[in-house]
Amino acid sequence: MRTNRCRWMTALLAALAGAMAHGARAADAGATYGAHWKRWQVQVNVADLASLQRGARDFVGYCLGCHSLRYERWSRLGKDLKIPPAVLQKDLIPPGQKPQDYIISPMTADAAKWFGKQPPDLSLIARYRGPNYLYRYLKTFYVDSARPTGVNNLVYPSVAMPDVLSSLEGLKVAVYRTVEVPGPHGTTLKRQVFAHFRQIAPGSMTRAQFDQFVHDTVNFLYYVSDPQRAERHRLGVWVILFLIAFTWLAWLLYREYWKDVR
Amino acid sequence: MSANSSDPRSATAAASAKGGLWAWINKRLPVDSFISHELTGYMAPKNFNFWYFFGSLAMLVLVMQIGTGIFLTMYYRPGDAFSSVQFIMREVQWGWLIRYMHSTGASFFFIVVYLHMFRGMLYGSYRQPRELLWLIGMLVYLALMAEAFMGYVLPWGNMSFWGAQVIINLFGTIPWVGPALTQWVRGDYGISRFTLNRLFALHVAAVPIVLLLLVVLHLVALHQVGSNNPDGIEIREHPGPDGKPLDGIPFHPYYTVKDIFGVGVFFILFALVVFFVPTFHGLFLEKANFTPHDPLSTPAEIHPVWYFTPFYAILRAVPSKSGGAFLLLMALVSLILLPWLDRSPVKSIRYKGWMSRLALAVFVVSFVGLGYLGMQPVEPLYVILARVFAIGYFAFFWLMPFYTRWERVKPVPERVVYHAH
Repeated sequence: MRTNRCRWMTALLAALAGAMAHGARAADAGATYGAHWKRWQVQVNVADLASLQRGARDFVGYCLGCHSLRYERWSRLGKDLKIPPAVLQKDLIPPGQKPQDYIISPMTADAAKWFGKQPPDLSLIARYRGPNYLYRYLKTFYVDSARPTGVNNLVYPSVAMPDVLSSLEGLKVAVYRTVEVPGPHGTTLKRQVFAHFRQIAPGSMTRAQFDQFVHDTVNFLYYVSDPQRAERHRLGVWVILFLIAFTWLAWLLYREYWKDVR
Repeated sequence: MSANSSDPRSATAAASAKGGLWAWINKRLPVDSFISHELTGYMAPKNFNFWYFFGSLAMLVLVMQIGTGIFLTMYYRPGDAFSSVQFIMREVQWGWLIRYMHSTGASFFFIVVYLHMFRGMLYGSYRQPRELLWLIGMLVYLALMAEAFMGYVLPWGNMSFWGAQVIINLFGTIPWVGPALTQWVRGDYGISRFTLNRLFALHVAAVPIVLLLLVVLHLVALHQVGSNNPDGIEIREHPGPDGKPLDGIPFHPYYTVKDIFGVGVFFILFALVVFFVPTFHGLFLEKANFTPHDPLSTPAEIHPVWYFTPFYAILRAVPSKSGGAFLLLMALVSLILLPWLDRSPVKSIRYKGWMSRLALAVFVVSFVGLGYLGMQPVEPLYVILARVFAIGYFAFFWLMPFYTRWERVKPVPERVVYHAH
């Protein structure tokens, strides 16, 4: 009886949450935003293990199909992110790979033929591009029928990558406005500049959920780019405390010796 | 302090007289006399200030670079350079610490050496009888630049590759032999794995040997002529009844304990960078170097690491490539010729006139300004500014024979100025 009631409660709550999410999604369709995409910031935090774990899950679900992390091993990932070995093996490691293997995408060399170039390894992408770049990149795909993939990107124009997150985010188009800029010989030229995005089809996530998704993924890539960062910070505090004590003693010794110098 | 330790020579002489193993060794190897000549008996002026920490710190960094470098060579593979660096960073036990110490050490080496050189310029430490000391020091600096450049190429990131391209192509500006020489240096028709392999050999063997030798010569020359000091007064000209300089104190223990304190402060700053900001916001380890070298993709902006940017800005300030390379060479030659450009009757900035002070200030602003501009993209305003700063840089040197003679100098005291603690 008790179990039954719990099940009922859960179902009710789920239905409620679903209805609310649907409402939010419905509000999203047709909504406009993104005028200030160049100033979007992401707060990365490698101490937020829950975020890193979600990021690892999202990476495996949405990125690993094409992108490798060739300098990171599954076992290291599990250890650093405190993912139990059984969960790691069952939910993250693709069939046929072992925990001690590097995180290699099953994507074959044909990718260069399909996309025009091999999808880059992402082990160091957060150090190369910076977290904010990745955050803006993943959030500024828009429908562009002129592109072979059907989408384009504000951060990386004419990018070869398809919009793999569109099922989550939905589809959006870029809306432009016309500005006049001074041209040669006193003429004025009309130029199209990006104004904002307009959502044209909802995805399975609300915008807030999608922001969190991108945040987690970027946070995860930030961790992968320098996996000993947390350990480095932890150790650094002790090293510096020791050095301060050492330097203080050295100062006392110096004063003691130099008393004699007149 | 006891009477014994204040006269170390008598203490060691007594120990030798006792016989035993120590005396046996000393008969065959001059350990005691070396220590007494170079440390306990080397009389240094007592008025050294903040600026005098950087010589010993430079030696410390050199030793640290060699130590960490040896461990890096155990895992670094020129044939798989980029991946082997990542292997060191992620899988070798403490590899990340050793590597960050080495990469941070490179930048700190230049910070320390620049401050050490500036000290020499402040107090006229290059003047007679220390011209050769300055020259050897400049050779150390040149060897260090070569060493740092080669080390920067080894991780084989994209900036490594394109930096090597730009710097090695400078040889091409030498008339007649340029192109052939460039190809000879590269060991290939372009920057390739052969270039990388030879830069590795030079970085870990050839240049460090030269550097160590030059540093030993620098110290031998220093101990031959004695240390200068902030007053620019020769302490050896005022000996006491025992023949030792009145204003001198034994290097050990006085300056060794003082330097240990300096080492402590240095390591605190060093550790802050190594543990918390090892890339130093792209200044010590650049973003573009976290992607493997790619001959088909040029980074948006190619510029060397910060310690070369003052010279790089001079290079770019000239429209012609060979003209820029020539001016770059002149920037270094001017530094080398400093002992013969300074015609002032006094050594230290403390007693020089306002023109010398102004010129030194112009030099500092120009050098820092050039360093900043060398990291910026080439834009018309920046090029104009770089030219202004380049003029400031050269004016400091080439007007020096005039302003140092024209200006009114202050009277130099007989003895050094020292305020006891």
